[in-house]
Amino acid sequence: MTARVETEKPAAIRGRVPARGEARSLRIPTLVLIAVCVVAPFVIYPVFLMKMLCWALFACAFNLLLGYVGLLSFGHALFFGAAGYLTGHAALVWGFPFELALLTGVATSAVLGLAVGWLAIRRQGIYFAMITLALAQMFYFFCLRVPFTGGEDGIQGVPRGKLLGLISLEGNLTLYWVVLAIFLFGFFFIVRVIHSPFGQVLKAVRENEPRAVSLGYRADHYKLIAFVLSAALSGLAGGLKAIVFQLASLTDVYWTTSGEVILMVLLGGLGTVFGPIVGAVAIVCVESFLAQLGGWVTVVQGGLFVICVLAFRRGVIGELARVLRRPL
Amino acid sequence: MRIASRLLALACLLPLAALAQGKTVKIGVLNDQSGLYTDLGGPGSVVAAKMAAEEFGNKVAGMPIEIVTADHQNKPDIASSIATKWIDVDGVDAILDVPNSGCALAVAKVVADKNKVFIDSGAATSNLTGKNCTPNTVHWTYDTWALANGTGKEVVKAGGKTWFFLTADYEFGKQLEKDTRAVVEANGGKVLGSVLHPLNASDFSSFLLQAQSSKANIIGLANAGGDTINSIKAASEFGIVAGGQKLAGLLVFLSDVHSLGLKTANGLQLTSAFYWDHDEKTRAWSKKFAAKHNGRMPTMVQAGVYAGVLHYLKAIQALKSKDDGKAVVEKMKALPTDDPLFGKGTIRADGRKIHPVYLYEVKKPSESKAPWDYYKLIREIPADQAFRPLAQGDCPLITAKK
Amino acid sequence: MTTVFGVPIQALFGQLLVGLINGSFYALLSLGLAIIFGLLNIVNFAHGAFYMLGALGAWLLLEHFGVGYWPALIISPLVVGLFGALIERTMLKRIRGLDPIYGLLLTFGLALIIQGVARNYFGVSGEPYDMPPQLTGGKNLGFMFLPNYRAWVVLVSVLLCALTWFVTERTRLGSYLRAATENPLLVQAFGINVPRLITLTYGLGVGLAALAGVMAAPIYRVSPLMGSDLIIVVFAVVVIGGMGSIFGSILTGFALGVIEGLTKVYYPEASSTVVFVIMALVLMVKPTGLFGRTA
Repeated sequence: MTARVETEKPAAIRGRVPARGEARSLRIPTLVLIAVCVVAPFVIYPVFLMKMLCWALFACAFNLLLGYVGLLSFGHALFFGAAGYLTGHAALVWGFPFELALLTGVATSAVLGLAVGWLAIRRQGIYFAMITLALAQMFYFFCLRVPFTGGEDGIQGVPRGKLLGLISLEGNLTLYWVVLAIFLFGFFFIVRVIHSPFGQVLKAVRENEPRAVSLGYRADHYKLIAFVLSAALSGLAGGLKAIVFQLASLTDVYWTTSGEVILMVLLGGLGTVFGPIVGAVAIVCVESFLAQLGGWVTVVQGGLFVICVLAFRRGVIGELARVLRRPL
Repeated sequence: MRIASRLLALACLLPLAALAQGKTVKIGVLNDQSGLYTDLGGPGSVVAAKMAAEEFGNKVAGMPIEIVTADHQNKPDIASSIATKWIDVDGVDAILDVPNSGCALAVAKVVADKNKVFIDSGAATSNLTGKNCTPNTVHWTYDTWALANGTGKEVVKAGGKTWFFLTADYEFGKQLEKDTRAVVEANGGKVLGSVLHPLNASDFSSFLLQAQSSKANIIGLANAGGDTINSIKAASEFGIVAGGQKLAGLLVFLSDVHSLGLKTANGLQLTSAFYWDHDEKTRAWSKKFAAKHNGRMPTMVQAGVYAGVLHYLKAIQALKSKDDGKAVVEKMKALPTDDPLFGKGTIRADGRKIHPVYLYEVKKPSESKAPWDYYKLIREIPADQAFRPLAQGDCPLITAKK
Repeated sequence: MTTVFGVPIQALFGQLLVGLINGSFYALLSLGLAIIFGLLNIVNFAHGAFYMLGALGAWLLLEHFGVGYWPALIISPLVVGLFGALIERTMLKRIRGLDPIYGLLLTFGLALIIQGVARNYFGVSGEPYDMPPQLTGGKNLGFMFLPNYRAWVVLVSVLLCALTWFVTERTRLGSYLRAATENPLLVQAFGINVPRLITLTYGLGVGLAALAGVMAAPIYRVSPLMGSDLIIVVFAVVVIGGMGSIFGSILTGFALGVIEGLTKVYYPEASSTVVFVIMALVLMVKPTGLFGRTA
């Protein structure tokens, strides 16, 4: 019997296919997004917004891998948390300025992404997920034992530093603008990647890998590059979060963090451009409002997972896009 | 569109609330309400805080008292962000409880930066009154030094000369082992060995086997929560106690003993700062507490929240103001403490609350006459010997004065 | 006394035996998961929650109905199995044709719900569950003391594993099931009620998890969080063994117990992580696990 090639990948798991000229049609929603982000800190507590932005960036980076390349990684917390630790350590112990500390985090995640990706890319589907999980758990163990991470106390008191050595980032509002700028940079970068020739090849690989290979594209290389990009951007989100909260802890590298980002992307809409942002906002809000209700948070999260999978597979933005008949 | 409307809907909640806050004394009880430490603090701590507020008729110095609560899920970043939001946006004046040392340290820093009050009842790390002390922190109830000293010293004096440690492989466990080791050796005992186990290990048979083959008199459990419970259960199953070795629980709460049952836990020695059945006053209070908390008797952490809130409110009443955290804590240190749960005591310059602690042993099922009748008193350790001497700590507030 | 890398050989035997006992427990637990994944292609993340429900069920039976351990061994898995079948009927059926990722996410959500509700009603510290008096005590084997209950666990585990393997690989029912997974339409055309078969199989897998839970109740604490600690390890066992293969998971379960036991002697801090190291290694060398079907 011939090997069962994954030709029958069901429609739902794939992200949508960006068509030509589509980038232009995203202009209006993008403007709305920017407008909201500009107005928001004057009505909502900026630290809360920054949390949403960090998670949104993480979710977008994850969506790049899951929605557009079709790879479900269960270990993305590795990149998120590792960058958090390295950025925190760089800023606190090595005294790096803000930008350099952030870059240290991103570089760490990119390197780790290369290592993990190289090990895992050759596997498919659930095996890919499990191998990323295994590697992430091993990294968690490493973080637990290595002294520089501070064990379960984490790295506390990470300084926020100054932007370009001039503008102090201690103030929440100032930091918000910087975080927003970095988030938008990451977001536009991802959009550009998706709508580029590189993105088209990724789509081809996801749709029918053997055919893409037969056309001369080295599928594994493309997947690896996408993986590294996703890891680096997750690292950017993690490093930002460490600076905003001035704290890097073990929970950021634990598998439950990987689970949370999956939920965000699923809820928002796999393979949509704005989906991950909406998903991140929704989940952060749910967690924060329900923190008052204590134990019911996980029940609600579970309920959201169930409802999304059963009835809502395209996610919030996906459904909206379908109703509006335009790509979002 | 949807994004915008969603965000605007959120907007209603947060900043408008801040406007109303000025003239209320707001107390936030921050602890674990869904994970491992739910039963030793959790919603029970909120009940305790409310009982303390009621003692003042829910008003102090002309201001109404309000109590809020949140779940930090044992994650330092969540604890830190809740504390920050509470103080910046919701006008919270004092934060109580906070078990889990990582969370406690994070909250202590936030509170100190913003000059509010932090009264920790749940965390164990003696660093809160050591190198991480601040003028805004009060550490109530217990810490690793008190536990090590209480259980360690008393057990060695009672004949447990040789020790083997079963330690949880994280900072808290290792610190607890280190403190206890020092006490054991200083009192003429000997440590024959130790083994580090991963956090949340489900099966302890292998580690206990190693403890058994060491033939030490005492097996010290330097872990907490589910790990302690599982260790004790496995020890009972593998005939450790029957074979002549004794277990010393370095951090055990009433809720742990309740979940183990007396059949499994009897003979376990532990140190506690509070026990509901200690005397008439503690009994009376605990029965009132249990009536509001599903019939569960209070743990020492919950008792510490009650006493801490009570003393905090007394300080505000004396000062007639609540806004300057440092000043309130200084008043708390100036006023001697007196409550039905911990008796008379003081708060030291480094923030450490001083009161006697007690060495208890878990009763056998035949000795227990009523539900929750679990402990028998072995020894009281007077207040001046219970906690780390001021000189031995490395609190910058103290060392700077020298 | 001879030593192996610094550990006396007597102590080593004791540790190996303990490892084997733990391995049998892993094998029992992974059995249900292996059936569900191997035969139904559902990545059942709720397995830990059902395990917990089994233990909780046994405790409830004791507390409120005075029903002891022995009847609970049968009643609790039955009830939980029925609950599992109900879930399959109402929810899992709807996502049957889709990518297994959705099954994973759905069952993950279910696990969160079940655990969260249990935790809100029962607290986290757990409840005491006494060992049945017939199985208390143990034998001194010279190099270690073997509790009778643990020997009982090994016995049950070996029996059940053998039984399950036999049923799935060597009986007609088993072959129907395996055929139904590969080509449901054709099998249905032969007159076999495939949906019902699948529901029953899911129920059976869940029931096995619950049975492991009842067996665990006397030795591990009965707490709503007991499943979440184990679920990842069990998954690793199934993945390493090869997700299509019952025999693979059984073998891996036992082997893992022994390897973990050795790790606990020489490098105890790593004993929770060694399973992931093995999983990563195995997956890199043999992508579908040790005995997995080549997809």
